[in-house]
Amino acid sequence: MGQQHAWYEKQFESFERSLNGDSRTPVHKLRRSAITHFLSRGFPTTQEEEWRFTNVQPIASRTFIPSIGRPEARLTAGDIDRLAFPAVNRVVFVNGHVVPELSSTRLPQGVFAGSLAVARRNHASVIDRYLGASVRGTESAFTALNTSFLQDGLFVHVPDGVELEEPIVAVFIAAGASGGFAAHPRNLFVLDERASATVTEVYVTFGTSDYLTNAVTEVDLSPGARLEHHKVQSESRDAFHVGFTHVRQKTSSVFHSTSVTLGGSLVRNELISVLSGEWCECTMNGLSVGSGTQLLDNHTTIDHATPNGRSWEVYKAILDGSSKGIFNGKIFVRKDAQKTDAKQTNKTLLLSDSATIDTKPQLEIFADDVKCTHGATVGQLDEQQIFYLRSRGIGVDQARDLLTTAFGLEVIERVKNPSLRSYMERILRQRLHEERVRTAQ
Amino acid sequence: MLEIRDLHASINGNEILRGVNLRVNAGEVHAIMGPNGSGKSTLAAVLAGRDVYSVSRGTVTYEGKDLLEMDPEERARGGVFLAFQYPVEIPGVTNSYFLKTALNAIRKHRGLEELDAVDFLKLIRERMRLVDMEESFLHRPVNEGFSGGEKKRNEIFHMAVLEPKLAILDETDSGLDIDALRIVADGVNKLRRKDNATIVVTHYQRLLNYIIPDFVHVLVDGQVMRSGGKELALELEEKGYDWVKETPENVTT
Repeated sequence: MGQQHAWYEKQFESFERSLNGDSRTPVHKLRRSAITHFLSRGFPTTQEEEWRFTNVQPIASRTFIPSIGRPEARLTAGDIDRLAFPAVNRVVFVNGHVVPELSSTRLPQGVFAGSLAVARRNHASVIDRYLGASVRGTESAFTALNTSFLQDGLFVHVPDGVELEEPIVAVFIAAGASGGFAAHPRNLFVLDERASATVTEVYVTFGTSDYLTNAVTEVDLSPGARLEHHKVQSESRDAFHVGFTHVRQKTSSVFHSTSVTLGGSLVRNELISVLSGEWCECTMNGLSVGSGTQLLDNHTTIDHATPNGRSWEVYKAILDGSSKGIFNGKIFVRKDAQKTDAKQTNKTLLLSDSATIDTKPQLEIFADDVKCTHGATVGQLDEQQIFYLRSRGIGVDQARDLLTTAFGLEVIERVKNPSLRSYMERILRQRLHEERVRTAQ
Repeated sequence: MLEIRDLHASINGNEILRGVNLRVNAGEVHAIMGPNGSGKSTLAAVLAGRDVYSVSRGTVTYEGKDLLEMDPEERARGGVFLAFQYPVEIPGVTNSYFLKTALNAIRKHRGLEELDAVDFLKLIRERMRLVDMEESFLHRPVNEGFSGGEKKRNEIFHMAVLEPKLAILDETDSGLDIDALRIVADGVNKLRRKDNATIVVTHYQRLLNYIIPDFVHVLVDGQVMRSGGKELALELEEKGYDWVKETPENVTT
């Protein structure tokens, strides 16, 4: 890393000095070991198999100043409605730090959903138990960097048997006139036995550009817990976004996730779920829409470690211009994981001759009594379908638009909550429409 | 309404239509019959504007305009409708959304206001009855998971909603059992008016028991070999297509 090494070391030292009375906590121990890990390891290169198609030099060669403490941003509740959508439980973060006056929740007793920094006062035992637990030792440089500068993010704790009706929506806004900063939000969702919740992370940009979002989310699902999780990334087209989500599933837990990626110039999402108890269900659905020179990378891992687990995965991409998509879908079926049923599908729609996708389904099966299928398709819009629509009077542009939208909606239709589904449908249509207008110019 | 003169069309260098002549007036029903590979479906596709076929010679005039110059959507907006032999599945687009988009595109072209959700629903409910279709079909993706018969019925339903001036039914009878055939034919008959015309493309005479044509044309090797009234269909059924091939009589109507 050379110069960058010294720069990050200095950033950490000055961050450490700013921490008042936090330097002896378990959280700070995590930070210290993470910065050591980061400095010794450095950013990944394309020599590493996991990063073969994604060159992070545009991030590694820069110095994005970690956003420490709350920045000033003049935002109103109306702005948040427009940037995201109205919700009963909404927690707003600017550059990784909670904005209490824009956040409000209505939750049953015993449930916490809000700022991690605030929760550390009263929920230290849960946080110290789970924070960093799933990534320690195996973390990538980006995750280590996030842990090094860990301050705030969304913390959700749902106790035994509580079933939340209303979704919890976290809106992560990047704001600030100058750009050149890094937000490192750190999220932790803990669902106790038979608890159930819907948690949505939305990443957007407000009046800034040229920055890095480096988000980490850790999820722990106790036996019988159910989480419906969404991650919607709709940031500026010149933002960098690296996201890492790690889920630990215990017996009979259900994890159902949808990831929608619309913005960013270089985006890397990694989603891992470890099915460490029997009879777990895991669903991972994803949609990326790319254009211009966007690079959108999705790495997923479903790790069947115990018997009788079921998983479904559908990842789709719509790529235009000279955008580049990457999909790497690992499914591990460990030796003990008999009677596993896993299905993976990856479909890509290429709307231009210079858009590309690197797709790699990766199934590693060590048990013998399992059912695992995977399929990947890459193609253009179907000429017969276009003709069918035109023969009914629909213009060629509208026909293409309709078919492209339908391709993307197949992922969004699987979102269970109706208001979240219509929000995602709306931003997908907007994104595709934007594209068509740009192409037409 | 429609005048086809000396139409030649080919696909991948193979000439399929070799000089078709046909004239269709408003209010008429024409049947085009012929053996497999005679060019019936090619004719239907060329009229609808499928660009995999290239036209090397001849003209097609529709309401005084050069039809071959028009895009498929312009033809549809001008009142040409093709009921597909193999209706295409459109996953992710519901039948009602699809029809609303199509109908409003056509209405816009004709200078009419777009229909709102309420008026549209009223219209399609009424038209569904013509083909005895259940409401659930509105909310299902276009043709996806439909049986063969349901797909054909859906084509006639589209026709009932879009109200074309010139409808071309390409082998709409194939794959239908007798009950479905009757429903489809009933629908077509109810849509018959003095100011529209229908071209029924079929291999068998069966459909013509229900949709009574004014004219029957026999297409063989890309040419209309014989034309006549509805009795020609019965004669064909009895004597077979070989009879026409052996006694050619190139007629222009």
